[in-house]
Amino acid sequence: MSESATAEAMVGAIGGEPIIQVRGLTKVYRVGDVEVPALRGVDLDIVRGEFVAIVGASGSGKSTLFHILGGLTAPTAGSVVIDGKSLGAMSNAERTELRKTTVGFVFQKYNLLPTLTAEDNIKIVEYIGGRSTTFSAEFEEVLRLLGIKDRMKHKPRALSGGQQQRVAIARGIVNKPAILLADEPTGNLDSENSAAVLKLMKDLNERTGQTILMITHDPEAAAYASRAVHIRDGRIA
Amino acid sequence: MILTLVGVSHGTLDSTKNRAKAVGADIMVRPTGTSVISSLSGAPMSEKYLPLLMQQPHVTAVTGVVVQSLQFPDSVFGIDFAAFNKMSGGFQYLKGRDPVNDDDMIVDEDYAQKNHLHVGSRVKLIAHDWNISGIMEDGKAARVAVKLGKLQEIEGTPGHLTMIYVKLDDSGLADDVANQLKAALHDDQIYSINALMDAYSINNVGMLKDFIDVVIAVAMIVGFIVVFMAMYTAVLERTREIGIIKAVGGGSGLVLSILLRETVMLAVGGTLVGIALTYVAQWAMKQFEPGSLVQETVYAWWPIAGVIAVVGALLGAVVPGMKAVKQDVTEALSYE
Repeated sequence: MSESATAEAMVGAIGGEPIIQVRGLTKVYRVGDVEVPALRGVDLDIVRGEFVAIVGASGSGKSTLFHILGGLTAPTAGSVVIDGKSLGAMSNAERTELRKTTVGFVFQKYNLLPTLTAEDNIKIVEYIGGRSTTFSAEFEEVLRLLGIKDRMKHKPRALSGGQQQRVAIARGIVNKPAILLADEPTGNLDSENSAAVLKLMKDLNERTGQTILMITHDPEAAAYASRAVHIRDGRIA
Repeated sequence: MILTLVGVSHGTLDSTKNRAKAVGADIMVRPTGTSVISSLSGAPMSEKYLPLLMQQPHVTAVTGVVVQSLQFPDSVFGIDFAAFNKMSGGFQYLKGRDPVNDDDMIVDEDYAQKNHLHVGSRVKLIAHDWNISGIMEDGKAARVAVKLGKLQEIEGTPGHLTMIYVKLDDSGLADDVANQLKAALHDDQIYSINALMDAYSINNVGMLKDFIDVVIAVAMIVGFIVVFMAMYTAVLERTREIGIIKAVGGGSGLVLSILLRETVMLAVGGTLVGIALTYVAQWAMKQFEPGSLVQETVYAWWPIAGVIAVVGALLGAVVPGMKAVKQDVTEALSYE
C-alpha cells in the first residue's frame, strides 16, 4: 500500500475531513554546495479533533515537518493544506496570517518572551490575533486546568520548566487555533513535569476537541496521543 | 558626553567673561597687538597711560593690573587695591582681608579649596613665598591676586601694566567713549566692556570656535557610534524574541513598530539620563576640581543631543531589526 493510500485509509478509519492534508511533501536544505534532503515525499492526513504524535529519531525530519505545517518555513515540493488553505501558494504574509489565525505553537524551549509576564506572553498573542486581551471565563478555566492561574504575574525566569511549558500551551491555544502544533513539548522537562504536560494536552484534546499534532522522539510521550505516526529518514514509516 | 563638552566650552568662556564684568569698569584698555580673547601675561603698557586716561572726558576712575599666567587656566593679578576697590566695590571676603604686606596674597574660594589653602597658609608661586591673607568669593577679576607693586617687582616690570580698567561717569556712553579714546590715543585695543562681553561669545572667537566645533563634532560622532552599536547589539540579541513574535503571527510591520517604539523610548530616556548626568559632572567638577574648568548648562543643546540619540538609536535598531524580520523564523528561533 502506498503512503498516500495509507494516509487516506487512516482518515477513513477515524472519519471526517482532514484538517491537515499533506501530499508528496519534500524539503531539501542546502548546506554550502551540498543538498540535504530532510523530507522525501511525506503523505499525511490529520482529522479535526485528533491528537496525533509524529514519532521519529533525531534527524528523521519530524521537526522540519513541524516547521512546514506551522508555516514557519516553505516546502521545496509537494502540497500542504491546513484547514482548507494551501500552503504551497502562500506568500510570507499569508503564512504569517496562518500562524496568527489557524495554528498555535508549543516549542521544546518554551520560547516565552523573557521580559513579559506569563499573562502578557499570552495577551501579546491575543493582541497580535486582533482579539480582546481580556481573558474570557472559558479561558480562565483553561488556565485553572493548566494549573498556572496563580502564576500569571510572574516572568518566565520565575517559573519552573513545567510551568513555562504550560504557559506556552495556554499561549498556543488562547486564540482558539484550528491546530496546536507541539514540537518536543516535554524535551526539556523531567519525567514528572513531562507526564503532567502530556496529560494536560490529552485533557485539552478530550475536553475541547482541540486538534493537536505533537512531534516527539519519545514513545512514552507518543502513548498519550490517540494516534502515532512514525517518521524515518524523511518518510512516513 | 556631548552636553558636557558643550557645557564646558561655554562655561569656561562665560566664567572668564563674568569675572571681567564684575570689576565694575566700563572700558578695558589692553596691550597693542593682543587679541580680544587671548590670555594676557606680561606688562607691556606704561603706568603713564593712567593719568592720560584720567584726563579724558567722562573718565572718573582708572586702575591698572599686571597679569601673570599660572598653570592653565589660572593666573595671578597684581592689583592696586585702593583704586581697584574704589572701582569694583572691593572683594567680598569669606575669611581674611586685602593684602597689607607685600607678600600677602588673596585667593578665591575655589582656588583655596582646590589647593587646600587657608588664611595664614604659606604658598610658593612664581618663585616667591606668599602668605594667604584672605579667601574671597569667586567671580571678580582674578582667582589669585597680590599687590601690584610686588608683582611688578617680581616680574621685573616696574611701572608697567598688563591692562587698564576705566570707569566712566555714564556707563551708557561706554561704546562712544571707547571709540573716542581709540582715536585720541591711537590705540586699537580699547574696548567697552559690553563689546568685550560680546567678543567673549564662542561665535566671535575664530580659532576657539573651530576647536570647539571639532571637539563637539568628535563627541557627536562618538556618541552616535556608541548609541548605534548599543542598539545594534541589543536588537541583535533579541533576534530570538523577534522570531517568537513572528512565530505567533506577528508580521514584519508589527515587529519593526515594536522595536522602533522601544528604541525611541530608550533614546529619549537615555537623553534624559544624559542631561541628569551633566548635572552630576557639574557637581563633580566643582567638588573635585574647583577653580579649573567650569561647566554650564546649555539648554539649546538638549534637543540637539536628543536628536543625535534618537537618530543613532533608530539606525542602530533598524539594521539588525530588518535583518531579523527578513530572517527565516526557524533560524531566528534558533538564535542563541
